[in-house]
Amino acid sequence: MTWAPKIVVEPRIERSRSLLFLSPMAGLAAGILLGAVGLEILGIRSGAAFLAILRAGFTGGPYSLSDTATKACPLILCALGCAVAFKAQLWNVGAEGQLLVGAWAATGIATFVVPAGAPSVLMLAAMAAAGAVAGAVWGAIPGLLRARFQTSEILTSLMLVYVAVHWNNYFIYSAWSDRGFQMTPLYPENAWLPRLGDLAGEAPAFSGMTLHAGFLAALVAAGWLWVLLKRTRFGFELHVSGLNIKTARHAGMPVKRNMVLAMALSGCMAGLAGMCEMSGVVHRLQENFSPGYGFTAILVAWLARLNPAAIVLVSLLLSGLLVGSKQIQPSGIAMMLQGVVLTSVVAADFFARFRIRFEPGVQEEA
Amino acid sequence: MSPAFFENLFAAGIARGTPLLLAALGEIVAERSGVLNLGLEGIMLASAMTGVAAAHAAGPLAGLAAAVAVGAAFGLLHAFLSVSLRCDQVVTGLALVFVGAGLASVGGAPLVGLSPAAPHFAALPIPGLEDLPFFGPVLFSHSWLVYLGFAAVPVVHYFLTRTSWGLAVTACGEDPMAALAVGVRVARVRYSCVAFGGAMAGLAGGTLSLSVTPGWVDGLTGGQGWIAVGLVIVGGWRPLPAAAGAFLFGAIHRLSLDLQGTGHEFFQDPNVGYFLNMLPYLSAIVVLVVASVARRQAGAPASLGRS
Repeated sequence: MTWAPKIVVEPRIERSRSLLFLSPMAGLAAGILLGAVGLEILGIRSGAAFLAILRAGFTGGPYSLSDTATKACPLILCALGCAVAFKAQLWNVGAEGQLLVGAWAATGIATFVVPAGAPSVLMLAAMAAAGAVAGAVWGAIPGLLRARFQTSEILTSLMLVYVAVHWNNYFIYSAWSDRGFQMTPLYPENAWLPRLGDLAGEAPAFSGMTLHAGFLAALVAAGWLWVLLKRTRFGFELHVSGLNIKTARHAGMPVKRNMVLAMALSGCMAGLAGMCEMSGVVHRLQENFSPGYGFTAILVAWLARLNPAAIVLVSLLLSGLLVGSKQIQPSGIAMMLQGVVLTSVVAADFFARFRIRFEPGVQEEA
Repeated sequence: MSPAFFENLFAAGIARGTPLLLAALGEIVAERSGVLNLGLEGIMLASAMTGVAAAHAAGPLAGLAAAVAVGAAFGLLHAFLSVSLRCDQVVTGLALVFVGAGLASVGGAPLVGLSPAAPHFAALPIPGLEDLPFFGPVLFSHSWLVYLGFAAVPVVHYFLTRTSWGLAVTACGEDPMAALAVGVRVARVRYSCVAFGGAMAGLAGGTLSLSVTPGWVDGLTGGQGWIAVGLVIVGGWRPLPAAAGAFLFGAIHRLSLDLQGTGHEFFQDPNVGYFLNMLPYLSAIVVLVVASVARRQAGAPASLGRS
């Protein structure tokens, strides 16, 4: 007989708190490494690429921070929306579509409904309401179908993304097109969210910065959502529904109503993100204004384990990546890196859920 | 609308539906073994791109082989994450979509707008049968990949329902613990099924970029991977209904183009085109709802998606 250690893999009874934090970090590191390898294989010098990303996104002075925060705004809002849905085990994969219709509704208000002379507060409030409602409707549809018919919300919300793209295209290229160009007319002044750059008179350091008030709204939303999920009955009911829907039903919780509400709220946040991006950055409806915020938000929500504070942090990290990736061609790199990082973090999660032990054992000789 | 209109529509429907069919067949096998693979869209994109790249270098057959290999590789990765590491299958599937789509976008950038778009497979009419009225052009004047799709349906059906391997697959999907108890090597079966699913998705991607719409553009699949996932549900995890659905969707994809070509006033209005483009996706939603109402989802493998 010889001594040979046995490798035993067993599920952890209690998820180790330190590993809950360490494993995504390890996954992140592994993901970045794998991403670098992938880049090298594609013929792109990974060291230079990562340095460029870092500089553009984070370390290149206040302008890079402003750019990063500006990009983080829609990401935070979408990710908060995704977190609400994911908490109830509702996979809202269609946040991108909800963002698009939110942008569409906001554009409609700005261009056709509220006059250009109206006070800015009124205009922006109307746009926000429109964006929120449009997104909520777009999110409620898969929610309703799931609650009523048990149809997979993954597939329906995703199909609606493609529908939203074509819906917006109709207005961009045809109905609302600005003299035949591939965009709607520029927003009137009162539809622009105030930016740091507007304060250039008092503080010249801010001149040219694109960070807008939507970022503040996103932070407020994060706080509000934390309260909703942790301190209200609705949040509790969502949590229970997500863990075990039968238990929720037995406890008398209005499970179907909550499903629709959660998806509607999720869509509402994404719609607001669309409105913020319109009012804060783009100022007209056009195609491809979103580099996939709705999809990246899924990754953010998952990495942050649905915690609103962590969502803000992870959003800033990932938007830094998005800002920085503009420096490297081709543009699909950002998506690929996100995928590799997500895959690595998901894989690393294994160590948070399972424990590997080495047991001394003996092996019978044949 | 003349008979020629329907002839063209159905013929195009079958050709365009073939990638959907191939991907759906692979996904049926994977899901029957209990593993949900949502990464089909990403796998199809990556393999379509790889197929074009390899075809430019070494011809369409090499391109197809490369596409299948890429698909199988993604399938193995998903199997590793889902079966060995017991990760949440929805999240890993989504992650693969990111990776595949990003890879396709990055690797495909130099392939856009090349002329000729890609060395591709020409149509292979079956002599004799191709002259049949209506059925000739509709069924027998396609590339060999379409015929492969036709053949694959009964083969997969036979495999799943009449062989002991198929029984093992079904057992893994319904109750892996019971399967383990009677000696079925669940992990091995699931790995094989998911790798097969990935390979079929790769074949689908290759068919798309080397036969149906030769060449590469960013986002070539346009959501067909997701429709394939939906087809599995709609078809009740059975090959024949999934095939019918695939060809139906192929026809719907083509319908918007054909309607604009009929000369009817309403469809000539360019604005209508935007809404016609929504048709495949809206009908996918409708079909999914109908399938749910008809309780097709009750036919899901009991252990599907459980890590």
